[in-house]
Amino acid sequence: MSPQPAKPMKDLVADGLWRDNPIFRQVLGICSTLAVTNVVLNTVVMCTSLTLVTAISCMTVSLLRHWTPRNIRMMVQTLIIAFYVIIVDLILKAYWPEMSRNLGPYVGLIITNCIIMGRCEAFAGSNPPAPSFVDGLFSGLGYSLILVAISVVRELLGMGTILGFAMPYFSSDLWDKWVIMVMPPGAFFTLACMIWLCRSIKKKEAKS
Amino acid sequence: MNGIGSEMWLALVTCFAAIFTQNILLTTFLGMCPFTSVSREVKTAAGLGAAVVFVMTFTTALNYLAYKHVLLPLELEFFRFILFIIIIAAFVQFVEMVIDRYSPKLYQNLGIFLPLITVNCAILGASLFMVIREYTFIQTIGYGFGAGVGWLLAILAMAGIRTRLNESRVPEGLRGPGITLIIAGMMALAFIGFTGVLS
Repeated sequence: MSPQPAKPMKDLVADGLWRDNPIFRQVLGICSTLAVTNVVLNTVVMCTSLTLVTAISCMTVSLLRHWTPRNIRMMVQTLIIAFYVIIVDLILKAYWPEMSRNLGPYVGLIITNCIIMGRCEAFAGSNPPAPSFVDGLFSGLGYSLILVAISVVRELLGMGTILGFAMPYFSSDLWDKWVIMVMPPGAFFTLACMIWLCRSIKKKEAKS
Repeated sequence: MNGIGSEMWLALVTCFAAIFTQNILLTTFLGMCPFTSVSREVKTAAGLGAAVVFVMTFTTALNYLAYKHVLLPLELEFFRFILFIIIIAAFVQFVEMVIDRYSPKLYQNLGIFLPLITVNCAILGASLFMVIREYTFIQTIGYGFGAGVGWLLAILAMAGIRTRLNESRVPEGLRGPGITLIIAGMMALAFIGFTGVLS
Protein backbone atom coordinates (compact mmCIF):
# COMPACT_ATOMS: atom_id res chain seq x y z
CA MET A 1 0.00 0.00 0.00
CA SER A 2 1.50 3.32 -1.03
CA PRO A 3 1.31 6.06 1.57
CA GLN A 4 -1.69 8.23 0.85
CA PRO A 5 -1.42 11.98 0.86
CA ALA A 6 -2.78 13.41 4.08
CA LYS A 7 -6.48 14.02 3.77
CA PRO A 8 -8.13 16.84 5.66
CA MET A 9 -10.27 15.68 8.58
CA LYS A 10 -13.39 17.08 6.97
CA ASP A 11 -12.95 14.69 4.05
CA LEU A 12 -12.50 11.73 6.36
CA VAL A 13 -15.80 12.54 8.03
CA ALA A 14 -17.68 12.93 4.76
CA ASP A 15 -16.15 9.76 3.31
CA GLY A 16 -17.07 7.65 6.30
CA LEU A 17 -20.60 8.95 6.63
CA TRP A 18 -21.69 9.23 3.03
CA ARG A 19 -19.29 9.08 0.11
CA ASP A 20 -17.59 5.80 0.99
CA ASN A 21 -20.20 4.52 3.40
CA PRO A 22 -19.15 0.91 3.96
CA ILE A 23 -22.63 -0.53 3.70
CA PHE A 24 -24.00 0.68 0.41
CA ARG A 25 -20.65 1.08 -1.28
CA GLN A 26 -19.48 -2.46 -0.74
CA VAL A 27 -22.23 -4.12 1.33
CA LEU A 28 -19.60 -5.23 3.81
CA GLY A 29 -19.77 -6.14 7.42
CA ILE A 30 -23.50 -6.47 7.79
CA CYS A 31 -23.28 -10.01 9.13
CA SER A 32 -22.57 -9.25 12.74
CA THR A 33 -25.21 -6.61 13.22
CA LEU A 34 -28.11 -7.25 10.85
CA ALA A 35 -29.42 -10.02 13.08
CA VAL A 36 -30.09 -7.68 16.00
CA THR A 37 -31.80 -4.92 13.99
CA ASN A 38 -35.29 -6.08 14.96
CA VAL A 39 -35.10 -3.98 18.13
CA VAL A 40 -33.72 -0.42 18.13
CA LEU A 41 -32.08 -0.63 21.56
CA ASN A 42 -30.06 -3.75 20.72
CA THR A 43 -28.92 -2.13 17.49
CA VAL A 44 -27.79 1.03 19.21
CA VAL A 45 -25.76 -0.90 21.79
CA MET A 46 -24.28 -3.13 19.12
CA CYS A 47 -23.39 -0.20 16.84
CA THR A 48 -21.83 1.76 19.70
CA SER A 49 -19.64 -1.23 20.54
CA LEU A 50 -18.68 -1.68 16.93
CA THR A 51 -17.87 2.00 16.38
CA LEU A 52 -15.71 2.17 19.50
CA VAL A 53 -13.88 -1.03 18.63
CA THR A 54 -13.26 0.20 15.08
CA ALA A 55 -11.92 3.58 16.17
CA ILE A 56 -9.67 2.28 18.93
CA SER A 57 -8.40 -0.70 16.92
CA CYS A 58 -7.55 1.58 14.00
CA MET A 59 -5.61 3.83 16.34
CA THR A 60 -3.73 0.91 17.88
CA VAL A 61 -2.91 -0.61 14.50
CA SER A 62 -1.62 2.76 13.40
CA LEU A 63 0.51 3.19 16.53
CA LEU A 64 2.11 -0.20 15.99
CA ARG A 65 2.48 0.15 12.22
CA HIS A 66 6.26 0.65 12.26
CA TRP A 67 6.86 -2.42 14.42
CA THR A 68 4.49 -4.85 12.71
CA PRO A 69 6.16 -7.20 10.21
CA ARG A 70 4.23 -7.05 6.96
CA ASN A 71 3.65 -10.75 6.50
CA ILE A 72 1.95 -11.31 9.85
CA ARG A 73 0.04 -8.01 9.97
CA MET A 74 -3.36 -9.66 9.45
CA MET A 75 -2.86 -11.83 12.50
CA VAL A 76 -1.68 -8.87 14.57
CA GLN A 77 -4.71 -6.84 13.49
CA THR A 78 -7.08 -9.68 14.32
CA LEU A 79 -5.55 -10.05 17.77
CA ILE A 80 -5.80 -6.30 18.43
CA ILE A 81 -9.46 -6.30 17.40
CA ALA A 82 -10.18 -9.44 19.45
CA PHE A 83 -8.56 -7.82 22.46
CA TYR A 84 -10.93 -4.83 22.37
CA VAL A 85 -13.94 -7.01 21.62
CA ILE A 86 -13.22 -9.06 24.74
CA ILE A 87 -13.14 -5.86 26.79
CA VAL A 88 -16.50 -4.76 25.37
CA ASP A 89 -17.95 -8.22 25.98
CA LEU A 90 -16.76 -8.28 29.60
CA ILE A 91 -18.09 -4.77 30.28
CA LEU A 92 -21.50 -5.71 28.88
CA LYS A 93 -21.56 -8.95 30.87
CA ALA A 94 -20.67 -7.14 34.08
CA TYR A 95 -22.91 -4.08 33.87
CA TRP A 96 -25.72 -5.09 31.54
CA PRO A 97 -26.09 -8.90 31.68
CA GLU A 98 -29.56 -8.74 30.16
CA MET A 99 -28.31 -6.96 27.04
CA SER A 100 -25.33 -9.32 26.87
CA ARG A 101 -27.77 -12.24 26.71
CA ASN A 102 -29.90 -10.55 24.06
CA LEU A 103 -26.94 -9.91 21.82
CA GLY A 104 -25.69 -13.47 22.31
CA PRO A 105 -22.81 -14.39 20.02
CA TYR A 106 -23.00 -11.22 17.96
CA VAL A 107 -20.69 -9.17 20.17
CA GLY A 108 -17.97 -11.76 19.58
CA LEU A 109 -18.67 -11.66 15.89
CA ILE A 110 -17.52 -8.04 15.75
CA ILE A 111 -14.05 -9.60 15.39
CA THR A 112 -14.85 -10.97 11.95
CA ASN A 113 -16.62 -7.80 10.84
CA CYS A 114 -15.01 -6.93 7.52
CA ILE A 115 -15.30 -3.17 8.08
CA ILE A 116 -12.84 -3.05 10.96
CA MET A 117 -10.32 -5.21 9.16
CA GLY A 118 -10.87 -3.20 5.98
CA ARG A 119 -10.24 0.16 7.66
CA CYS A 120 -7.16 -1.19 9.48
CA GLU A 121 -5.78 -2.56 6.23
CA ALA A 122 -6.67 0.31 3.93
CA PHE A 123 -6.09 3.33 6.13
CA ALA A 124 -4.65 2.76 9.59
CA GLY A 125 -1.72 0.69 8.31
CA SER A 126 -0.25 3.66 6.47
CA ASN A 127 -1.43 6.74 8.39
CA PRO A 128 -0.70 8.39 11.76
CA PRO A 129 -2.87 7.55 14.79
CA ALA A 130 -5.05 10.67 14.98
CA PRO A 131 -6.46 10.53 11.41
CA SER A 132 -6.80 6.74 11.77
CA PHE A 133 -8.94 7.22 14.85
CA VAL A 134 -11.15 9.74 13.06
CA ASP A 135 -11.40 7.51 10.00
CA GLY A 136 -12.35 4.48 12.10
CA LEU A 137 -14.83 6.49 14.15
CA PHE A 138 -16.68 7.90 11.16
CA SER A 139 -16.67 4.66 9.18
CA GLY A 140 -18.26 3.10 12.23
CA LEU A 141 -20.76 5.95 12.53
CA GLY A 142 -21.67 5.74 8.85
CA TYR A 143 -22.33 2.07 9.32
CA SER A 144 -24.34 2.67 12.49
CA LEU A 145 -26.46 5.31 10.77
CA ILE A 146 -27.80 2.83 8.23
CA LEU A 147 -28.30 0.02 10.72
CA VAL A 148 -30.13 2.21 13.21
CA ALA A 149 -32.35 3.46 10.36
CA ILE A 150 -33.09 -0.17 9.44
CA SER A 151 -33.92 -1.04 13.04
CA VAL A 152 -36.25 1.97 13.38
CA VAL A 153 -38.17 0.86 10.27
CA ARG A 154 -38.33 -2.75 11.44
CA GLU A 155 -39.41 -2.08 15.01
CA LEU A 156 -41.93 0.57 13.99
CA LEU A 157 -43.64 -1.50 11.30
CA GLY A 158 -43.28 -4.80 13.12
CA MET A 159 -44.19 -3.90 16.69
CA GLY A 160 -45.46 -0.34 16.53
CA THR A 161 -42.82 0.91 18.96
CA ILE A 162 -39.49 2.73 18.88
CA LEU A 163 -37.02 1.98 21.69
CA GLY A 164 -39.92 0.22 23.39
CA PHE A 165 -42.18 3.34 23.44
CA ALA A 166 -45.54 2.98 21.71
CA MET A 167 -45.83 5.23 18.68
CA PRO A 168 -49.11 7.13 18.10
CA TYR A 169 -50.55 5.61 14.93
CA PHE A 170 -48.55 2.42 14.61
CA SER A 171 -49.42 0.86 17.96
CA SER A 172 -53.17 1.50 17.64
CA ASP A 173 -55.71 -0.82 16.06
CA LEU A 174 -55.54 1.15 12.82
CA TRP A 175 -52.15 -0.34 12.05
CA ASP A 176 -52.02 -4.03 11.27
CA LYS A 177 -48.59 -5.00 12.58
CA TRP A 178 -46.26 -6.42 9.95
CA VAL A 179 -44.90 -9.33 11.94
CA ILE A 180 -42.67 -10.27 9.02
CA MET A 181 -40.58 -7.15 9.65
CA VAL A 182 -39.23 -8.41 12.97
CA MET A 183 -38.51 -11.82 11.48
CA PRO A 184 -35.34 -12.50 9.42
CA PRO A 185 -36.82 -11.80 5.94
CA GLY A 186 -37.76 -8.29 7.08
CA ALA A 187 -34.08 -7.47 7.60
CA PHE A 188 -33.20 -8.53 4.07
CA PHE A 189 -36.01 -6.52 2.50
CA THR A 190 -35.36 -3.39 4.56
CA LEU A 191 -31.63 -3.43 3.84
CA ALA A 192 -32.26 -4.00 0.12
CA CYS A 193 -34.63 -1.02 -0.02
CA MET A 194 -32.14 1.10 1.94
CA ILE A 195 -29.36 0.29 -0.53
CA TRP A 196 -31.70 0.96 -3.45
CA LEU A 197 -32.62 4.36 -2.02
CA CYS A 198 -29.04 5.40 -1.27
CA ARG A 199 -27.75 4.28 -4.65
CA SER A 200 -30.51 6.14 -6.48
CA ILE A 201 -29.76 9.33 -4.57
CA LYS A 202 -26.08 8.91 -5.37
CA LYS A 203 -26.81 8.49 -9.08
CA LYS A 204 -28.71 11.78 -9.06
CA GLU A 205 -25.88 13.46 -7.18
CA ALA A 206 -23.40 12.22 -9.75
CA LYS A 207 -25.50 13.49 -12.65
CA SER A 208 -25.98 17.02 -11.35
CA MET B 1 -33.47 -45.90 23.85
CA ASN B 2 -29.98 -46.25 25.30
CA GLY B 3 -27.68 -43.29 26.02
CA ILE B 4 -25.53 -43.21 22.93
CA GLY B 5 -28.48 -43.96 20.63
CA SER B 6 -30.56 -41.08 21.93
CA GLU B 7 -27.57 -38.79 21.69
CA MET B 8 -27.04 -39.73 18.06
CA TRP B 9 -30.70 -39.05 17.42
CA LEU B 10 -30.39 -35.67 19.11
CA ALA B 11 -27.36 -34.87 16.97
CA LEU B 12 -29.32 -35.77 13.84
CA VAL B 13 -32.17 -33.49 14.88
CA THR B 14 -29.69 -30.68 15.60
CA CYS B 15 -28.16 -31.21 12.18
CA PHE B 16 -31.51 -30.96 10.36
CA ALA B 17 -32.51 -27.98 12.44
CA ALA B 18 -29.25 -26.25 11.50
CA ILE B 19 -29.91 -26.87 7.80
CA PHE B 20 -33.57 -25.91 7.58
CA THR B 21 -35.19 -24.19 10.54
CA GLN B 22 -32.18 -22.29 11.85
CA ASN B 23 -30.26 -21.82 8.63
CA ILE B 24 -27.14 -19.92 9.61
CA LEU B 25 -27.36 -17.59 6.64
CA LEU B 26 -31.07 -16.98 6.28
CA THR B 27 -32.01 -16.68 9.95
CA THR B 28 -28.85 -15.44 11.65
CA PHE B 29 -27.28 -13.55 8.70
CA LEU B 30 -23.81 -15.02 9.17
CA GLY B 31 -21.51 -15.27 6.18
CA MET B 32 -23.28 -12.50 4.27
CA CYS B 33 -20.14 -10.98 2.73
CA PRO B 34 -19.07 -14.02 0.69
CA PHE B 35 -22.74 -14.76 0.09
CA THR B 36 -23.28 -11.51 -1.79
CA SER B 37 -19.88 -11.40 -3.51
CA VAL B 38 -19.16 -15.02 -4.50
CA SER B 39 -22.64 -16.07 -5.62
CA ARG B 40 -22.34 -15.04 -9.27
CA GLU B 41 -21.54 -18.50 -10.62
CA VAL B 42 -22.80 -21.89 -9.54
CA LYS B 43 -19.40 -23.52 -9.81
CA THR B 44 -17.49 -21.14 -7.57
CA ALA B 45 -20.39 -21.03 -5.13
CA ALA B 46 -20.31 -24.82 -4.88
CA GLY B 47 -16.53 -24.77 -4.29
CA LEU B 48 -16.77 -22.21 -1.53
CA GLY B 49 -19.78 -23.98 0.00
CA ALA B 50 -17.95 -27.31 0.08
CA ALA B 51 -14.95 -25.68 1.75
CA VAL B 52 -17.26 -24.11 4.35
CA VAL B 53 -18.92 -27.46 5.16
CA PHE B 54 -15.53 -29.08 5.62
CA VAL B 55 -13.92 -26.35 7.70
CA MET B 56 -17.01 -25.71 9.81
CA THR B 57 -17.48 -29.36 10.80
CA PHE B 58 -13.89 -29.70 11.95
CA THR B 59 -13.40 -26.30 13.57
CA THR B 60 -16.57 -26.51 15.68
CA ALA B 61 -15.44 -29.94 16.92
CA LEU B 62 -11.90 -28.69 17.64
CA ASN B 63 -13.21 -25.56 19.32
CA TYR B 64 -15.57 -27.65 21.44
CA LEU B 65 -12.67 -29.76 22.71
CA ALA B 66 -10.50 -26.71 23.34
CA TYR B 67 -13.30 -24.89 25.14
CA LYS B 68 -14.41 -27.83 27.26
CA HIS B 69 -11.01 -29.22 28.19
CA VAL B 70 -8.74 -26.19 28.22
CA LEU B 71 -10.68 -22.98 28.84
CA LEU B 72 -13.33 -24.23 31.27
CA PRO B 73 -10.92 -25.96 33.69
CA LEU B 74 -8.71 -22.86 33.63
CA GLU B 75 -11.74 -20.53 34.00
CA LEU B 76 -10.65 -18.51 30.99
CA GLU B 77 -13.99 -18.53 29.14
CA PHE B 78 -13.64 -14.89 28.10
CA PHE B 79 -10.54 -15.90 26.17
CA ARG B 80 -12.60 -17.98 23.75
CA PHE B 81 -12.79 -15.35 20.98
CA ILE B 82 -9.04 -15.31 20.55
CA LEU B 83 -8.63 -19.05 20.95
CA PHE B 84 -11.36 -19.82 18.40
CA ILE B 85 -9.91 -17.41 15.86
CA ILE B 86 -6.44 -18.87 16.24
CA ILE B 87 -7.71 -22.46 15.95
CA ILE B 88 -9.71 -21.59 12.83
CA ALA B 89 -6.78 -19.78 11.21
CA ALA B 90 -4.35 -22.56 12.08
CA PHE B 91 -6.71 -25.26 10.84
CA VAL B 92 -7.31 -23.49 7.53
CA GLN B 93 -3.59 -22.97 7.03
CA PHE B 94 -2.89 -26.62 7.83
CA VAL B 95 -5.56 -27.93 5.46
CA GLU B 96 -4.26 -25.64 2.74
CA MET B 97 -0.75 -27.06 3.07
CA VAL B 98 -1.96 -30.67 3.16
CA ILE B 99 -4.17 -30.26 0.10
CA ASP B 100 -1.41 -28.43 -1.75
CA ARG B 101 1.04 -31.24 -1.03
CA TYR B 102 -1.12 -34.27 -1.75
CA SER B 103 -3.80 -33.19 -4.18
CA PRO B 104 -2.87 -30.31 -6.46
CA LYS B 105 -6.08 -30.80 -8.43
CA LEU B 106 -8.29 -30.36 -5.39
CA TYR B 107 -6.10 -27.43 -4.38
CA GLN B 108 -6.85 -25.70 -7.66
CA ASN B 109 -10.59 -26.04 -7.08
CA LEU B 110 -10.77 -25.46 -3.36
CA GLY B 111 -7.51 -23.76 -2.47
CA ILE B 112 -8.43 -20.24 -3.48
CA PHE B 113 -11.44 -20.32 -1.16
CA LEU B 114 -9.63 -21.45 1.94
CA PRO B 115 -8.01 -18.11 2.92
CA LEU B 116 -11.40 -16.43 2.45
CA ILE B 117 -12.86 -18.74 5.04
CA THR B 118 -10.75 -17.56 7.95
CA VAL B 119 -12.64 -14.28 7.93
CA ASN B 120 -16.02 -15.86 7.23
CA CYS B 121 -18.16 -14.89 10.19
CA ALA B 122 -20.28 -18.00 9.81
CA ILE B 123 -17.36 -20.19 10.88
CA LEU B 124 -16.69 -18.25 14.07
CA GLY B 125 -20.43 -17.80 14.58
CA ALA B 126 -21.06 -21.54 14.51
CA SER B 127 -18.47 -22.05 17.25
CA LEU B 128 -19.96 -19.26 19.37
CA PHE B 129 -23.49 -20.66 18.96
CA MET B 130 -22.16 -24.06 19.94
CA VAL B 131 -20.95 -22.59 23.25
CA ILE B 132 -24.13 -20.61 23.94
CA ARG B 133 -26.51 -23.46 23.17
CA GLU B 134 -24.49 -25.87 25.32
CA TYR B 135 -24.34 -28.75 22.87
CA THR B 136 -22.72 -32.08 23.68
CA PHE B 137 -19.75 -33.23 21.59
CA ILE B 138 -21.78 -35.42 19.22
CA GLN B 139 -24.39 -32.70 18.86
CA THR B 140 -21.62 -30.22 18.09
CA ILE B 141 -20.44 -32.34 15.18
CA GLY B 142 -24.01 -32.62 13.91
CA TYR B 143 -24.48 -28.87 14.31
CA GLY B 144 -21.21 -27.92 12.59
CA PHE B 145 -21.97 -30.15 9.64
CA GLY B 146 -25.61 -29.07 9.41
CA ALA B 147 -24.78 -25.37 9.59
CA GLY B 148 -22.23 -25.81 6.81
CA VAL B 149 -24.67 -27.72 4.61
CA GLY B 150 -27.32 -25.08 5.25
CA TRP B 151 -24.94 -22.37 4.11
CA LEU B 152 -23.97 -24.41 1.02
CA LEU B 153 -27.63 -24.90 0.18
CA ALA B 154 -28.39 -21.19 0.46
CA ILE B 155 -25.43 -20.01 -1.64
CA LEU B 156 -26.06 -22.67 -4.31
CA ALA B 157 -29.69 -21.64 -4.64
CA MET B 158 -28.67 -17.99 -4.81
CA ALA B 159 -26.03 -18.64 -7.49
CA GLY B 160 -28.56 -20.60 -9.53
CA ILE B 161 -31.05 -17.75 -9.38
CA ARG B 162 -28.44 -15.09 -10.10
CA THR B 163 -27.27 -16.70 -13.34
CA ARG B 164 -30.86 -16.39 -14.59
CA LEU B 165 -31.08 -12.87 -13.32
CA ASN B 166 -28.50 -11.70 -15.86
CA GLU B 167 -31.17 -11.70 -18.52
CA SER B 168 -33.83 -9.85 -16.58
CA ARG B 169 -34.28 -6.11 -16.33
CA VAL B 170 -33.54 -5.03 -12.80
CA PRO B 171 -33.91 -1.33 -11.82
CA GLU B 172 -30.55 0.39 -11.97
CA GLY B 173 -30.05 1.17 -8.29
CA LEU B 174 -31.11 -2.31 -7.28
CA ARG B 175 -28.59 -4.16 -9.40
CA GLY B 176 -25.94 -6.26 -7.66
CA PRO B 177 -26.23 -6.41 -3.88
CA GLY B 178 -29.74 -4.91 -3.73
CA ILE B 179 -31.49 -7.58 -5.75
CA THR B 180 -29.38 -10.28 -4.09
CA LEU B 181 -30.69 -9.21 -0.70
CA ILE B 182 -34.29 -9.18 -1.92
CA ILE B 183 -33.91 -12.72 -3.25
CA ALA B 184 -32.27 -13.76 0.03
CA GLY B 185 -35.30 -12.31 1.81
CA MET B 186 -37.64 -14.40 -0.33
CA MET B 187 -35.53 -17.48 0.38
CA ALA B 188 -35.70 -16.72 4.09
CA LEU B 189 -39.49 -16.48 3.75
CA ALA B 190 -39.55 -19.88 2.09
CA PHE B 191 -37.39 -21.36 4.84
CA ILE B 192 -39.83 -20.10 7.47
CA GLY B 193 -42.11 -22.75 6.04
CA PHE B 194 -39.90 -25.37 7.66
CA THR B 195 -40.68 -24.02 11.13
CA GLY B 196 -42.54 -26.63 13.12
CA VAL B 197 -41.26 -29.55 11.06
CA LEU B 198 -38.77 -30.24 13.84
CA SER B 199 -39.78 -29.79 17.42
